[in-house]
Amino acid sequence: MDKLLHIEKMSHSFGGLQAVQNFSLEIGAGEIVGLIGPNGAGKTTVFNLITGVYKPVSGRVMLRGRDIAGEQPHTIASLGIGRTFQNLLLWRHMNVLDHVKIAHYSQVTYGLAGAFFGTPRRNRQEREIEQTSMELLKRFRVDHFALLPVGSLPYGAQRRVEIARAMATRPRLLLLDEPTAGMTPDELKEMIGIIKGIHADYGVAILLIEHRMKFVMELCSRIVTLVFGEIIAEGAPMEIRNNPKVIEAYLGREDIT
Amino acid sequence: MMSRFSMLCGEVPALGWLLGILASVTAEYVIGEDLSNILGMDKAPVLFGVLMAFKEPLMIPNLLAYAFIIYVFPAVSTGILTRVPANRLAGRLDHLPVIISGLLHISFLYLIIHFWAGMNDYHLIVIKITMISVILTLSMNVINGYMGEFSCSHPGFMAIGAYTTSVMTLVLFTKSRFGAGPILPEAAGPFVFPIVLVIGGLLTSLAALIVAIPSFRTRGDYLAIISLAFTFMIKSIIENMEIIGGARGLGDQPDFSGLTAVFAWTVLCIWVVNNFVTSVPGKAMNAVRDNESAADAMTVNTRKTKITAFMFGAFWAGVAGGLLAHMLRYINPGTFGLQKLAEIFAMVYFGGLNSIYGSIVGAASISLLGEALRPLELYKWIVIPLLLIIVMIKRPTGLMAFMEFNMKKLLRPRDRGKEEGPVG
Repeated sequence: MDKLLHIEKMSHSFGGLQAVQNFSLEIGAGEIVGLIGPNGAGKTTVFNLITGVYKPVSGRVMLRGRDIAGEQPHTIASLGIGRTFQNLLLWRHMNVLDHVKIAHYSQVTYGLAGAFFGTPRRNRQEREIEQTSMELLKRFRVDHFALLPVGSLPYGAQRRVEIARAMATRPRLLLLDEPTAGMTPDELKEMIGIIKGIHADYGVAILLIEHRMKFVMELCSRIVTLVFGEIIAEGAPMEIRNNPKVIEAYLGREDIT
Repeated sequence: MMSRFSMLCGEVPALGWLLGILASVTAEYVIGEDLSNILGMDKAPVLFGVLMAFKEPLMIPNLLAYAFIIYVFPAVSTGILTRVPANRLAGRLDHLPVIISGLLHISFLYLIIHFWAGMNDYHLIVIKITMISVILTLSMNVINGYMGEFSCSHPGFMAIGAYTTSVMTLVLFTKSRFGAGPILPEAAGPFVFPIVLVIGGLLTSLAALIVAIPSFRTRGDYLAIISLAFTFMIKSIIENMEIIGGARGLGDQPDFSGLTAVFAWTVLCIWVVNNFVTSVPGKAMNAVRDNESAADAMTVNTRKTKITAFMFGAFWAGVAGGLLAHMLRYINPGTFGLQKLAEIFAMVYFGGLNSIYGSIVGAASISLLGEALRPLELYKWIVIPLLLIIVMIKRPTGLMAFMEFNMKKLLRPRDRGKEEGPVG
């Protein structure tokens, strides 16, 4: 059986800078994998390569047996890869409900004529989308903010809106880019609960970038460590924790410090 | 006292305001002439009497009194006095499907407009220009507001719509410079004209691709320049095409833009634009505007969204151009220049971005103001921009930006106790 995501020797460079080199990774359905590494290691670049923001210079990205390298980002997203962003890319003029509604874009089937002339099919589908959107908002406990502009929400709630929005695209694989950045210890605990929750409820596979080891250790079944665009270690959380190469990458070598 | 008054006004439903406007219009019809004689004017002042105010500044108090007695007092007092039965009726209509209650209100509005426009030709022209401006403003709001591209191509779109429809009707209905005599009788006009407008609109949509495709790669200043170039390009192409009159213009279009046609197209435009911008593919325009990367990651096809926004906006601009050409019955390339652009910009940004109410309010106030200030001639273009600047300082996104148009909410009864706004 095919793996959900199978990346084979993916490389990418910006001008002379080799950002990602020979990156290979397999993610099975419903697995939670952590991607760690020091700042500038190329973790977000990996996300951007998977989601089609950049086209890999070489290598293959297979999603359920289909090569998606070089596809448009919106195509890849509608094939089942959802994502959140490191620094919250929300649509600042829009209310919370609209965020989740728009993420249903690829599921709309009534076409432009339907949108223009308000056909019964359009109205029915819009109602359904509104309903599922409200359910998602409830699921992430932001439903009471539904009609507020997203910018007026507290930071933790904005994070939850972003995840709800990503879940509305019905992903099979969810890419979370530092979901706990800037969070308080309480919010962190809550976020662990949320991620465990969506994993249990939707059975979605998750690849997450994270700096807080406690968080990664608790959630992930496998951790990949990236340093200067190359994987230096891969394995179970405990192995990674004690791996000398990883310790070196994070803390530096003993004889230097 | 004041708060009690505004509370009373708040209880008047849309239907009550329509009755109020009807009262004003009736007042103008019945006592307008007499009242202006009593107040020492030789004829009823046109549109707020600015011209008269400039000629004879001493008349200003009388003009204000006239405006109060004819317009303000009947509208407000009728609204407040009829609020109880109006609310009851609105409540009953509220139970009907929104389309029926909407159509009833719109028919009522049409009757009022018809009544007012029937009083004299000047009223008719003003109301038609205002409605065409509403279509134009809405169509630009789709591109500049909802889609957030700073596009200056609207005069070009209008010109294409105006000229293509004019050529079609001239060929079909008149013995024109294009050779063939009238192919169809004038009586067929009301049936053929809508088709002509749709074809003109679609041709404009096609031309809009010239601006839409560069918008894949560039935004902001650069797109503004490209779209401005488009407007100039269209203008000079028309100036150099002798067959359609060149710089001298094209005239004698059949008189097809009657009040009914313009009103129907305006209502249709508001309805279609509202349907579109409240649907998911329409809201995707907002997503592309606010953050394109996030839109992409949320499955939104950004290219399709941009093309749709441009072609859709251009279609309605073309229709507006066609209506205008058959109303003025003479167009020349100069009509579709920078001045027109400034005018549409003023309407869009004054009324408010991303808002249908805003477009209607902006188009109506700027075009009525433009008419009222016509006697000022060039100084008009000092007063209107100044006003725009003041609005921009107080409300940077315009008077009524980011408001969703909701027919049911607009028409609902407004008695006390039912005040808490229903969600969704």
